[in-house]
Amino acid sequence: MTHPTTDDTDRPLLAATGLRKNYGATPALDGATLHVRAGEIVAVMGSSGSGKSTLLHCLAGIVQPDAGEVRYRGRTLSTMSDAERSALRRTDFGFVFQFGQLVPELTCLENVALPLRLSGVRRREAEQRAARWLARLEVSDVAGKRPGEVSGGQGQRVAVARALVTTPRVVFADEPTGALDSLNGEQVMRLLTEAARSTGAAVVLVTHEPRVAAYADREVVVRDGRTREILLAER
Amino acid sequence: MPCIVAPMSIAQTFLGLLEGSPRHGYELKRLYDERFGQSRPLHYGQVYATLARLLKGGLIQVDGVEPGAGPERKRYAITAAGVTDVERWLNQPEKPDTYLQNTLYTKVVLSLLTGRNAADILDIQRAEHLRVMRELTRRKTTGDLADQLICDFALFHLEADLRWLEQTAARLDQLAATLRTPASRPDGNVP
Repeated sequence: MTHPTTDDTDRPLLAATGLRKNYGATPALDGATLHVRAGEIVAVMGSSGSGKSTLLHCLAGIVQPDAGEVRYRGRTLSTMSDAERSALRRTDFGFVFQFGQLVPELTCLENVALPLRLSGVRRREAEQRAARWLARLEVSDVAGKRPGEVSGGQGQRVAVARALVTTPRVVFADEPTGALDSLNGEQVMRLLTEAARSTGAAVVLVTHEPRVAAYADREVVVRDGRTREILLAER
Repeated sequence: MPCIVAPMSIAQTFLGLLEGSPRHGYELKRLYDERFGQSRPLHYGQVYATLARLLKGGLIQVDGVEPGAGPERKRYAITAAGVTDVERWLNQPEKPDTYLQNTLYTKVVLSLLTGRNAADILDIQRAEHLRVMRELTRRKTTGDLADQLICDFALFHLEADLRWLEQTAARLDQLAATLRTPASRPDGNVP
């Protein structure tokens, strides 16, 4: 399944404007703005503590900003109820974190099927779809293994499969290669971006690694809680 | 993208290609372009000038002449001296380029000295680096193993530049303060 993009060509799929967020006295975001169009891959870069992960959490509705707003397909996240935001995260958003965060008690196949099961898909169908995604991510051989029995690279590919199994409109990837060596990181990025492009999902990719950011269509830099989109010099 | 083999090593690369078997000039060019030339193939002028130099140096010899539709085609073979030369070249480490004469550093210093925004200069460069990195990444994801390795070589170097850009951006205030105090310049020299 792919997402039609025609309804989103003129307006961003996801739009954050003037986001501010403090943790105690420490400002994490200080007026950050970011627009993401349907199907595009945006790298959010910045040094440690710059606010890039907080920005991702606000965009995904995990963290509420102190000021500013996030609109997804025209709706403001902060005006939704908790249940609506949870449903959105289940159906429209996919997540890949630095350490996979797979459920250790479940097999890799069950982990990938989990978001479908939570959305009410029957076990047999959920596991069939999960198996197809594991094959697409080239890790069919670990389907019956638990996360503790697979390598870091395999685990992260399982995490990517889990993020994409519901064919979300937006995938949020927070340092998805941060715990991997360079070669495994490259494989994960290739598979993640290929899969996202084929389903039409947008990707918000938080990374501090330029080689990872180079898989994106454009980059936004976060410095001191503010976003800065760097445009190429006129030639 | 720059050619991975520096121009100065075309001669030794030819010697290495000839070590397998004698070849014609056009065949050497084709092999070189396929394996090493990437987006910058050799000109025929470079090919024949290089072969002439190798012949003169006794590192190759004419192995045979065949009539063709146009001019006669010479086949070249490596000599024992040529094998020794390529062996020495292969075992000699390349000098790591330290890039101490760095144009970007000069631009940063000059922009600070003239009251311009050095952060903008770094950001413009950063965007250009990432643009090239995106191109290389696209090429890598659709290319064969040779493409992947060649692009990785360039990508790792560009990434090192970007780290420098990031670190320098974080230290611009410090550098500006240093430049205002001639006696405490990093090189210790007063301009």
